[in-house]
Amino acid sequence: MKEKVKILDQECIGRVIMRIAHEIIERNKGGAGLCVIGIRNRGVYIAQRIAACIKQIEGMDVATGALDITLYRDDLALATGQPLVRKTEIDFDINDKNLILVDDVLYTGRTIRAALDALIDFGRPKSIQLAVLVDRGHRELPIRADFVGKNIPTSKKESVEVYLNESDGSDEVLIAEKE
Amino acid sequence: MSILIKNGRVIDPANKIDAVLDIFIQDNKISRVAQNIQAQAEAVIDASNKIVAPGIVDMHVHLREPGREDKETIASATAAAAKGGVTTVLAMPNTQPAMDCVENIQLLQGIINKDALINVLVCGTITKERLGKELSDSIALKKNGAIAISDDGASVENEELMLEALKRAKQAGILTICHSEDKKLSGKGVVNLGFVSTRLGLRGISNESEYTRIIRDIELAEKCAASVHIAHVSCRESVEIIAAAKKRKVKITCETAPHYFALTDEDIIDYDTNMKINPPLRTKQDVSAIKTGLKNMVIDVIASDHAPHTENEKDIEFDRAEFGKIGLESGLAVSIMELIDKNILSWQELVSSLALNPAKILGINKGTLTVGADADVIVIDAGKEFILDKKSIVSKSKNSPFIGRKVKGLVEYTIYNGKIIYKS
Amino acid sequence: MPWTKKDLLGLEYLTPDEIELVLDTAESFKEVSTREIKKVPALRGKTAVNLFYEPSTRTRVSFEVAAKRLSADVINISVENSSVRKGETLIDTGKNIQALKADIIIMRHNCSGAANILARSLDISVVNAGDGWHEHPTQALLDIFTLREKIGKISGLHVAIVGDIAHSRVARSNIWGLTKLGAQVTLCAPEMLIPPGIETTGVKISSNIDEVLKSADAVNVLRMQFERDENTAFPEQLDYFKKFGITEERLAKAKKDIVVMHPGPINRGIEMSSGVADGGNSVILEQVTNGIAVRMAVLFLVSQAKEAKQ
Repeated sequence: MKEKVKILDQECIGRVIMRIAHEIIERNKGGAGLCVIGIRNRGVYIAQRIAACIKQIEGMDVATGALDITLYRDDLALATGQPLVRKTEIDFDINDKNLILVDDVLYTGRTIRAALDALIDFGRPKSIQLAVLVDRGHRELPIRADFVGKNIPTSKKESVEVYLNESDGSDEVLIAEKE
Repeated sequence: MSILIKNGRVIDPANKIDAVLDIFIQDNKISRVAQNIQAQAEAVIDASNKIVAPGIVDMHVHLREPGREDKETIASATAAAAKGGVTTVLAMPNTQPAMDCVENIQLLQGIINKDALINVLVCGTITKERLGKELSDSIALKKNGAIAISDDGASVENEELMLEALKRAKQAGILTICHSEDKKLSGKGVVNLGFVSTRLGLRGISNESEYTRIIRDIELAEKCAASVHIAHVSCRESVEIIAAAKKRKVKITCETAPHYFALTDEDIIDYDTNMKINPPLRTKQDVSAIKTGLKNMVIDVIASDHAPHTENEKDIEFDRAEFGKIGLESGLAVSIMELIDKNILSWQELVSSLALNPAKILGINKGTLTVGADADVIVIDAGKEFILDKKSIVSKSKNSPFIGRKVKGLVEYTIYNGKIIYKS
Repeated sequence: MPWTKKDLLGLEYLTPDEIELVLDTAESFKEVSTREIKKVPALRGKTAVNLFYEPSTRTRVSFEVAAKRLSADVINISVENSSVRKGETLIDTGKNIQALKADIIIMRHNCSGAANILARSLDISVVNAGDGWHEHPTQALLDIFTLREKIGKISGLHVAIVGDIAHSRVARSNIWGLTKLGAQVTLCAPEMLIPPGIETTGVKISSNIDEVLKSADAVNVLRMQFERDENTAFPEQLDYFKKFGITEERLAKAKKDIVVMHPGPINRGIEMSSGVADGGNSVILEQVTNGIAVRMAVLFLVSQAKEAKQ
């Protein structure tokens, strides 16, 4: 691995998430009827932060959940390292909600495809909108984000690493060259 | 034909010989045993650093012919025997038909005369069809060449009948070999009763099922002063009981098999049916008692209990697989590894157990290198280690529990009746 | 720690970490059965074959539901099996199923070790759904899963297993699993139903149920089958219930929140009273629910391990 370049620091991440929260409220005309569901692992923490920001802005609690997409992956049969199946926790009704699906990095779009399949099994939301901290391009499926923290043009040789306090003890986004 | 075996370490317990000597064989007999023999021979074998011993006398072998030629034939079994250094076998009578009458014995003798590579002796049955109901005519069997009687695979359940059988055998001058097993106790058991049977969830066979029947057979033999030979002794209590009987001068001899001192029930890994044997593989304590029994000469004989079965009969559920394993080709190597290398027996003691003692028990002039004796001689590379490979097995059936295991001691030459019948 | 075994044959063959992995994975799968649409596509396109040589509705249905919730196709084969009638050998049957390109065989067999023999003869996965007296790994895994869910941990627990230990594959699998995870196990049964050498596994043995219940955190009550084996001595039925049956009176003297388990089907009034079976300490129906999650986890893990190898 070559030298890593820091794209976002703690302060930036905080600002970006707050901006996304504002955009979500603006687009959905307030916080009513909203729910936020993060994709395991780091999407869940970003989702919780977005929900906290919405509460700060609107003064209302927004239902949050966690989605594990392992069982919906299209590369399950090809996976080399064995994926660990983690818990999906959506303990509220998603029918007729404006559902904000949250992930850390949007790349090929395959994770989001799996997440959409999984969500459909839970019900029929009024809409599903996608929020990501980083969009690094190179889509392989017709998927785009509604709310983007930062667009980072990358080459496929690079990797984007997201670190969050909740899981990693620090808030930063790095970009690094693969071997 | 004449053969000169040079510079081998000659082991001949009959003459208490353990020395580097030459052996000269002429006209099917041992002609001279001495240092530095200068003689013209048609074949000269350099046996430097090798063991030279009398051919093995294996008194417990299932040849399966007639009846189950898919498992083994006289031809295939005797070829396997030659490879294992065995020059005399006693064929157990549980063939189809069983060796319970003169005609059947004559049928078998005919096949032996045609196909056998080595000396095949015939064992008759104690009872008709080995059913334990009606006695075979042991006098007639003996007259027609049977050298012993046994219902091997079954014990004669009826005590009075067994006593009568022993009395008649004594009269006929024929040895009775006892498969001592109380079926009421062993039941549907398939492995040794203990933690292993518990762990595998299989029905167990207790030591008791063996030794209580040995006690009975000894008592009956004592009652009529007949000689009995107890087959395949596997457990510690049996060794103790036989030792005590010998002490009080009962005419009793016994044998064990290499698997009873080389393997334990813990070797039954992943339900390997080649480890399914009757009596079953026992525990470490039993193995150690068997070894001590051999050392103390409580156990007279090592015999293979060669029991060939086809893959169809073995490659199935453990409960349903046949009992038994082959052993003609591996018996010597396993014995060297377990008894010589582990300093249990001396070479003279081992050769006694494998050749001299069984010959004495059967009353045949074999198992020795005495001048004038039949020239049945083997040359062994005792230090040669090898992995027992399934493909190398000569026997028609391949059910050996030693496949894939390292063994030690390779037979280089087998000479039977003055002729080289096997060369590695 | 990844799962690397293509088969699940018994808990004796698993490490504590592997057992924990199944339990953790099962925890994730449990949620699937609470959904409106109880199905995930994880084993879509895979074929699981239920190969049953012994009649068993509960286990077969549980595996079938588990496989279907993973989107696998399920084929049920029950083989009439008598020791008298000689048909196709086990290995031939297995190879035929493999030739159909099935991915997993779930087998119940009356001979101990049958699953081991099948597994080593085939490339596809074999899941043991009970073999003779040997093992019934998924039953023990669901028992342990239920315990862990109820009490939080296994290590340090005192679990009593009551009944016919000698002829029970459920008991053997539970003994391996519980002792590996650090529980203390006491077997409670008439002496004739305790198999020889079992204490080698580290379990304790008692014939006094009241004494055992005093300190037990859980009691797993085995099904008694008095008609089973003509060659084996069995206690008299009423006498057994009197000495070992789990009753309200007995439970009243046990720890207040003792967990009562039973692999089913229950013989009411033989190994436990109806009051206990339906009472507040009983988790018998939760075991059935958890069985689905545990079996989903097992089917998922073995099929993943097989993919990883290819």
